[in-house]
Amino acid sequence: MPNTDYLLELNSITQRYGETTVVNEMSLALQQGDIGCLLGPSGCGKTTALRCIAGFETVQNGTITLAGKTIASRQLHLAAEKRHIGMVFQDYALFPHMSAAENIAFGLQGQSKQQRQRRVSEMLALIGLEQSAELYPHELSGGQQQRIALARALAPRPRLLLMDEPFSNLDITLRERLCLDVRDILKQEQATAIIVTHDQQEAFMIADVIGVMNEGCIQQWDSAYNLYHRPNSRFVANFVGEGVFLHGDVVDGERVRTELGIIDGEFDAPCCADCGVDVLLRPDDVLHDDDSPLQAIVKAKAFRGAQILYTLSLPTGSEILSLVPSHHNHPIGEPIGIRLDTDHLVAFRV
Amino acid sequence: MNRVARAISPVTRLFTQGWRLSALVISLAVLTPVMVIFWSLFSPDLAVWQHLKEHLLWELTANTFWLVLGTASGTLVLGVALAWLTAVCEFPGRKIFSWALLLPLAVPAYVTAFVMVGIFDFTGPLQSGMRSSGIEWALPEIRSLAGVTLVMVLAFYPYVYLIARNAFATQGKRALEAAQSLGYSPRAGFFKVALPMARPWIIGGVMLVIMETLADFGTVSVFNYDTFTTGIYKAWFDMFSLQAASQLASILVIFVFIIVLLEQQARARMRYTTVGKTAGKQERIPLKGWNSVAAVGFASTVMLLAFIIPMTQLLIWASDVVMDDLDSRYFDFLWHSLLLATMAALLVVTAAVILAVANRYYSDLTTRIMVRVATLGYALPGPVLAVGAFIPIAWFDNQLRDGLHAVFGYDGGLMLQGTIVTLLIALCIRFMAVGFSAVDGNLQRITHSIDESAHSLGSSGLTLLRRVHLPILRGGLFTAMTLVFVDVMKEMPITLMTRPFGWDTLAVRVFEMTAEGEWERAALPSVAIVLAGLIPIILMNRHAQH
Repeated sequence: MPNTDYLLELNSITQRYGETTVVNEMSLALQQGDIGCLLGPSGCGKTTALRCIAGFETVQNGTITLAGKTIASRQLHLAAEKRHIGMVFQDYALFPHMSAAENIAFGLQGQSKQQRQRRVSEMLALIGLEQSAELYPHELSGGQQQRIALARALAPRPRLLLMDEPFSNLDITLRERLCLDVRDILKQEQATAIIVTHDQQEAFMIADVIGVMNEGCIQQWDSAYNLYHRPNSRFVANFVGEGVFLHGDVVDGERVRTELGIIDGEFDAPCCADCGVDVLLRPDDVLHDDDSPLQAIVKAKAFRGAQILYTLSLPTGSEILSLVPSHHNHPIGEPIGIRLDTDHLVAFRV
Repeated sequence: MNRVARAISPVTRLFTQGWRLSALVISLAVLTPVMVIFWSLFSPDLAVWQHLKEHLLWELTANTFWLVLGTASGTLVLGVALAWLTAVCEFPGRKIFSWALLLPLAVPAYVTAFVMVGIFDFTGPLQSGMRSSGIEWALPEIRSLAGVTLVMVLAFYPYVYLIARNAFATQGKRALEAAQSLGYSPRAGFFKVALPMARPWIIGGVMLVIMETLADFGTVSVFNYDTFTTGIYKAWFDMFSLQAASQLASILVIFVFIIVLLEQQARARMRYTTVGKTAGKQERIPLKGWNSVAAVGFASTVMLLAFIIPMTQLLIWASDVVMDDLDSRYFDFLWHSLLLATMAALLVVTAAVILAVANRYYSDLTTRIMVRVATLGYALPGPVLAVGAFIPIAWFDNQLRDGLHAVFGYDGGLMLQGTIVTLLIALCIRFMAVGFSAVDGNLQRITHSIDESAHSLGSSGLTLLRRVHLPILRGGLFTAMTLVFVDVMKEMPITLMTRPFGWDTLAVRVFEMTAEGEWERAALPSVAIVLAGLIPIILMNRHAQH
């Protein structure tokens, strides 16, 4: 029985192009009103997964359920136009021969003229482009085009909104602001949405729940906090945030012995004792402390304004990262004192 | 305003002014025949005009109108349908059809025309076959409006196909998906979005077809279907009235310019209707079952009618006469064609480089107008240009002879008439745009920052030209030469009307043989023309694949 708490459920769907499996037994569940995000490197199948949900691709296996009804499975394929799923395309796909208002009104077929007009002005007000109603797409800036595309997709009140790399065509300064704007708009419309992106900052800013994808399936479907602090696989640990793995041996459920000494913090130990593990050290786990007996040599540094990210080299040759307030300015080659500050450990068995 | 002109020395300035002066000379040379033609519109010889009005004008206008209407609608439907199938859908053989459907471009319409007429002739293979197998149907008369329209549609649909295919390939599927995500079925999406979005392209393609139809001379001659072009020819060579010819030409030019304006408008609209980045590689809609069979059947039928059947028949006829006709006269035709095409190609490319460089150094209004004028010739139908070029050159020739006589007592004949000068000039005017766009397209790839980076690396002047500009331009020059060469090989009316007496080319030979209904003997020179015509198609495909 499908769980009716969820608006959208993907139940181990598989999609193949000839020989290559693009989406591989992928599952997820999204609650009404949530903004989900598929995050992953290019070629991980995230866009194809989105297109399966939209109905532009057929699935060879598994089921997709929307509001308790199966819309796609091996036997069944509900046509895209019958799913009431809106989509914002990466290139926006605005209709160049229609004005902004006409673009927004396009999906409101079957409504009276007044209803259409009311909804169009409502949407234009929501995206803050009332002045641009009569302009044509080529007369709008990239950011404005993007918002029109969003308004067009939201206007018919779709049950679910899909956005494919919606910010990738915008310059970086604009991206951040628009990202927050879009989140506000979606929340005001109480829309449920899935966004595909390869940019984790974007994902962190906009999404309530994020699925990190690799090789056609979701590695971890979780909040941004958990993805960063409690990654469930090496891939997620590497892909989200910065950090290095340091080799060590498990002492017991709360301690790992490494070349930096005993590191402690609670963690899900892969064994009782004495097995080899790799411990994830984020740059903010490694603190700079002049009084510390632990020393490491500065190998490279990247100035980041308030902080400096040091790449430090340990006597064995392993490297760790450390984020240090930027008034602690040390030249390359100098040994500095470090101290570990961990409360939760992430360790994977070797 | 102009960064190059400001930064350079007076010597270079003179040099660049030279480009501009040359561009002025070229554009004046193009303008002269147009002005001559218009002059006859504004100063009509009333007696001639009266005669035309009573006897010819109404019929020519009606004939031309119906032909244009039929050809335009036929190519529209055929071109758009084939473009949609090959650009957006997937069916067996799509890749092959995608380029094979361009092959009819290699065959001049007049060749398809005489082959079709020959096939449907009383003594042709179709009717003889039917008689010998006892079938006694009366075939519809091929020499009719329907027949000539059908041939024109088969010959010209690739213009619409090519341009619409580009439009659909960049935005077709994405537009459908956008419409689907907003609740429209694919069919509704096609008519509501994909088709309207491609409208400027489609209109542009149809306008090109109309220009070709208005300019056509060879096809309508084969069908004995009188339009303005054949009217001009007959007025000059049968009625011996250059006056009547140029008046008919002036009316035709007005029609043509209206079409040119519409085409320019469509082109301007194309520029802004591509919005955002277009999707690189898009997935196609797979056709299933009967749809796929229908698509294959449709595309194959078009291929059969427009290319395979005419070419097969052409080769059969050519092989029938090759033993008798492949003689020294044939090599004369071939030699004349090659010579003419080579000379015209060299002249056009030289002029095109001058125009393109002037255009690059000076982006002011005067230069832009000069370039526009200089490339107007593509719109002028051959017979119009023949008349327009002949009149001023003949006048100049007579003045020259009289002047030389008065001053030096020169007693020789005319100097330019009876040579291929008029012919060459008219051909260059006609095909200037073809050469110019190829050269200019490549020259525009050399941005100012390329120049500046070369300067900063120590190359300037001739070194810059040799090491940077020429290597970039080489491909464009080659393309321009090839395209002009092939166009001249195929060209019929200008060559026919302004060549020196007895100086026949392959195309002229085709005209003369088809005029007498000698289809087999017209086939042999046609084969050479078609072979030349295949070259740009192959180049185009290579280009598309890169």
